Parts: sequence; C-alpha cells; structure tokens
Amino acid sequence: MSATARTVGLPILVVEGVSLAFGGVKALQGVSFDVREHEIRAIIGPNGAGKSSMLNVINGVYHPQEGTITFRGVSRRGMVVHEAAAQGIGRTFQNIALFRGMTVLDNIMTGRNLKIRSTFLEQAVWLGRARREELAHRRKVEEIIDFLEIQHIRKTPVGRLPYGLQKRVELARALAMEPELLLLDEPMAGMNLEEKQDMCRFVLDVNEQFGTTIVLIEHDMGVVMDISDRVVVLDYGRKIADGTPEEVRANQAVIDAYLGVAH
Amino acid sequence: MLYREAGQFRATYAEDQQIFPLRQDRIGIAAVLVLAFVVIPLAGNQYWLSAILTPFLIFALAALGLNILTGYAGQLSLGTAAFMAVGAFATYNFVLRVPGIPILAAFALAGICAALVGIAFGLPSLRIKGFYLAVATLAAQFFVLWAIQRIGWITNYSASGVITAQNYSILGIPIETPVSKYVLTLSIVTVLALLAKNLARSETGRAFMAVRDMDVAASVIGIPLMRTKLLAFAISSFYCGVAGALYAYTYLGTVEPEAFNLDLSFRILFMIIIGGVGSVLGSFLGAAFIVLLPIVLNYVVPPISEATGIEISHAIISNLELMVFGGLIIFFLIVEPHGLARLWQIGKEKLRLWPFPH
Ligand SMILES: Nc1ncnc2c1ncn2[C@@H]1O[C@H](COP(=O)(O)OP(=O)(O)O)[C@@H](O)[C@H]1O
Ligand SMILES: [Mg+2]
Repeated sequence: MSATARTVGLPILVVEGVSLAFGGVKALQGVSFDVREHEIRAIIGPNGAGKSSMLNVINGVYHPQEGTITFRGVSRRGMVVHEAAAQGIGRTFQNIALFRGMTVLDNIMTGRNLKIRSTFLEQAVWLGRARREELAHRRKVEEIIDFLEIQHIRKTPVGRLPYGLQKRVELARALAMEPELLLLDEPMAGMNLEEKQDMCRFVLDVNEQFGTTIVLIEHDMGVVMDISDRVVVLDYGRKIADGTPEEVRANQAVIDAYLGVAH
Repeated sequence: MLYREAGQFRATYAEDQQIFPLRQDRIGIAAVLVLAFVVIPLAGNQYWLSAILTPFLIFALAALGLNILTGYAGQLSLGTAAFMAVGAFATYNFVLRVPGIPILAAFALAGICAALVGIAFGLPSLRIKGFYLAVATLAAQFFVLWAIQRIGWITNYSASGVITAQNYSILGIPIETPVSKYVLTLSIVTVLALLAKNLARSETGRAFMAVRDMDVAASVIGIPLMRTKLLAFAISSFYCGVAGALYAYTYLGTVEPEAFNLDLSFRILFMIIIGGVGSVLGSFLGAAFIVLLPIVLNYVVPPISEATGIEISHAIISNLELMVFGGLIIFFLIVEPHGLARLWQIGKEKLRLWPFPH
C-alpha cells in the first residue's frame, strides 16, 4: 500500500463479551475485539466457528444473549435490522442474497433506499422531487457500476448472471448505501483465481478511495495475509487469536485449530 | 423490422428512465389510448361497452391491485373481493350520508376505507408468509361480508343487504349511458394504471420487490419490513376498493354482498396468474383473457360442433370454460410463472432480433 494510503484511526466498532446460542449450540462465547476506523479487519476460522454469526450480531440480524456492540460510541445488544443500515453498516452475505427478480441496476438502486426522501405519493405522480431524486441516485449508482466494472450487465436480471458477477453485484448494492462499516462474508468464496484477484482489488480500492472500514470473512489465507491489517481467529465460537497477519500465522493455537481442518 | 431499438440511443439517464423508453412502445400505448378513448366510444356497441369492456376494465383494476400486493410485494392474498366490497359499500354510504359529495371524492374516500381495512388484515403478514398468509386473508373475505350482511347501517337497512347505486353526475353531466360509464371507468383505470407503473419503477416498487425476493437482505440494506408490507396492503386495497366502487357504480348498478364472495377473489387471482405476476400489463392481459374466454368459446364452439356433427350443449361450453381455465393456470404456474406478459415480452425480444437471431 502506498505511503499516502488511509490512516487507520481509533476503534469505530467495539464488540465486548458477545455470547450467542441457538438452543444448545453455542455459536459465540464471550467474543471481544475491536475494529479501527479505515482498517481492513479479517475474521478467520474453520467452518462453523461462528464467523457469519458474528457479522449477524454486528448488524442486528441476531441478538446475542450477552455482551454489547458499540458502533461509533453508541452501545447496544440487539437492534431492529434496518436500523443498522441507517447507522451506516453495510453487508454482503455468504450465500448470495440478491433480489433475484430484479435487474442489476434495480438491485443496486435499492441500496439507495435510505437516502430517498420523496413519499410514495410523489413517486406515483413522478414529478418534482421524486423524479429529481431518481435521477440523482441513478447517477451515483452508475459511478458504482463503473467502479466495479459491471456496465455491460446493468440491465440483466441478476438470476441470469454467473456466480462471480452476482457476488460483485452484491458488493455494489452494499456500496450504494455508502456505508462507513462494510461487513463482507466470504466475498471470494467459490471464485476462480482471476475473479478473486478482481475482488481483492475492489476491496482494497473501496477501503482506500472511500475510506470504508471493512470486516472481512475469508478462507483463502493468502488473501487474508495480503489485504488485512489485523486478523481475529475464531474456533468453536471462541476467539483464539487476534493480531497482525504475521502474529496470527505464527500463533500455535491457530496452527492447531487449522490442522485437521480440510478447506 | 418493426420492433427495433437499433438507432434509439438513450444519451441521458433521464431518457433511459422514461416510463416507456422504446419508441415503439410509446407509439403502441398512444394507439391503444386513442382506440380506447376515441374510437370505441364512437363506434360504441352498447352491449360491448356495458357487458364486456367496462367489466374488463374493472377486473383489470382489481387485478392490478392484487398484483401490487402479490406480484410486486410477494404477499399472497385471497381477500381481494372483500376489499372490493369495502369500496362498493363505502361509496354507497358516502353518497348517501354526505349530501352533494362529488362522486370521484366518494370513490377516493372509499378507496381509503378499503386501504385501512387492508392494513388491518395485512398485520398478520408481519409474522406469517405464503400459504398461511393467504389463509389469514381469507378471514378478511369472511369477516367483511359477514359485517356487511349483519350490520344493517352499512346497507341502510335494505333487505338482504342489496344496495342500488345512486344516480350521479360529473361536472353536471349525468353518468347514465353505457358510453359515459365506460369513459368514466376507462379514465379512472388509466390514471391509476399510470400511477402504478410509476410506483413500480421508483423506490416504492423496488422496496416491494426486495421484500418479495429476499426479506432479510431487504432489511439489511435499510428497508423496514413492517412499513413496506403494510404500505403494499394499503395501496393494493385502495386499488381493489376503487375497483369495487366501479363494480357497483359503473357496471352492475345493484349489488348484493354475495357478489363479492370468495369466487371473485379467486377469479382475480387467476387473472394475475394467467396475465403475469408482477406486471402492470399482465393485469390487463389476464383480465381480458378471463372476460373474453367465455365469449370466444361461445362464438367458436357452435360452428365446430356443427361442422363435426358433435352435439355440444351450453352446459358443456361452460364446463369447457372451466377446463380451459384450469389447464391454463396449471400451465402458467409450472411453465411460465410470469404469464402472458412474459410471453409478450419474449415475443418482443424475438421480434427485436428478427430476422437475425445472433
Ligand atoms: N440461524 C441459526 N440457527 C441455528 N444454528 C445456527 C444458526 N446460525 C448459525 N448456527 C450455528 O452456529 C454455528 C456457527 O455458524 P456460523 O456462524 O455460520 O459459522 P461460520 O460462518 O464460521 O462457518 C454453527 O454450529 C451453526 O450451525
Ligand atoms: Mg459462514
């Protein structure tokens, strides 16, 4: 990264003592870590370690039984999901969660919903503010489309796209929210090498150009070592290591957790 | 060659976001409007106007209402006829109890009443989906008819709940003839269809479809599920309510509560299945299909029976109607869930590329 790159700041997100159970399954047990402004923070760990659950806790999809989440100084345990979006937390999913019946353009436009002020009555008559807003947001969405190099598919229904492009559209939709904190759940899983490289580049560019703080779940250790500033390692719902990629790689508990886990 | 977009470059996003971006579509719509507003009223055959075209428009409006809820927002409902009943009986009461109320205001207020009832019966959608929600909306169907039949005040204590639409006029012109009723219905349906088309291509429509396609993802990007679903119920029921008002005031004239029974709800559901779920055009195609099919069968079957010498009675023709409906519904559910509107779309795409498909 160049010397002029973003400067990592103070913690923007603090997770403290979070425990989450589904019936008897303890998905998370007393997990604490922080995420600093502008950094790329990776969460790694074997399958079932609780990584996705952690993201779901951060943006309010799951409500932990214990612990607190502090985002930009505001603490809470659970919240209504759509409030996390209003606070500036964007998200992509491990299993693609696009709106399958809609085009790429409409999917990304949907990411602008919180910024639209016109009421449904104004939209129905398509005059004044509703029309102006639609155009202004279209312009913004086209910037994102250019940024992610998906101009050629903007009118395609997302269901017809190959997997790699769907993942990219999902990132585009999250970016359309202009989030301060972006949670990416395995954005490169199932991609070929070229697609992975593209996605890595996009994640780094988002971080550098927009200053977006990123929490990233990823299985490919090469990618994690390359792009993240700090790494949290989860295993069976517990945090077993936390530090720079080098520190984590040398950690004995991490090596043990990954031995015997094929991936 | 006719249906080409080649050479029609949209240089600005504003042009790309027009309601009908393709020139051929704009010409087509203009032609249909001229036909509907000028040619048909002039050429007006009374029977066609009052027995076919007016009910077609009313069913199309009700189908559009259901399509907003089921096709766009993904909430299955079997209460369509109930919301229509609210519209019809509310209009009757507004005209009866508010002296001098303009009829259009009565229709609009009746639509709002239906919207409120829709919101009330939409509340279960916050908890349940699909089949179970459909069963919950059945409650609306039974409760509303029961209320109209049991609460005498609603029908002004008429025997067996039958109401007769009062006479009315617009700007001093009495709406009595089949032509005037047709033109009034057409005007209202055209305006409401235009508004629906605008809603569908703006934030509200996208939020509906997002909730339909994946509700968790919708809420994660900030769409409030409760408000969005209830708004869909409200807008949908408003459309159904106005359709119900027209059903009484421009079509039947005299209605009983039983006219709005579950059968009618199902008929409208079949219209959107055949016409196209999640499509404004599909609502019209589906309504046209269901209104016209019996007429076409009545014209087509007797000559066939004469030619082949096979005796086909009227009873068989109406059974044939049911069989064709059933077959088509199964066909569209399995093969083409987006209905006639999708077939039309595919046809247009083929035509756009013809004669060089590659
Ligand atoms: N909605 C849920 N209901 C029940 N169990 C769940 C649910 N979500 C996750 N789990 C369980 O929690 C554990 C952690 O899952 P997850 O967070 O998806 O792990 P990871 O993303 O690290 O692979 C697993 O045992 C999983 O079965
Ligand atoms: Mg996971």
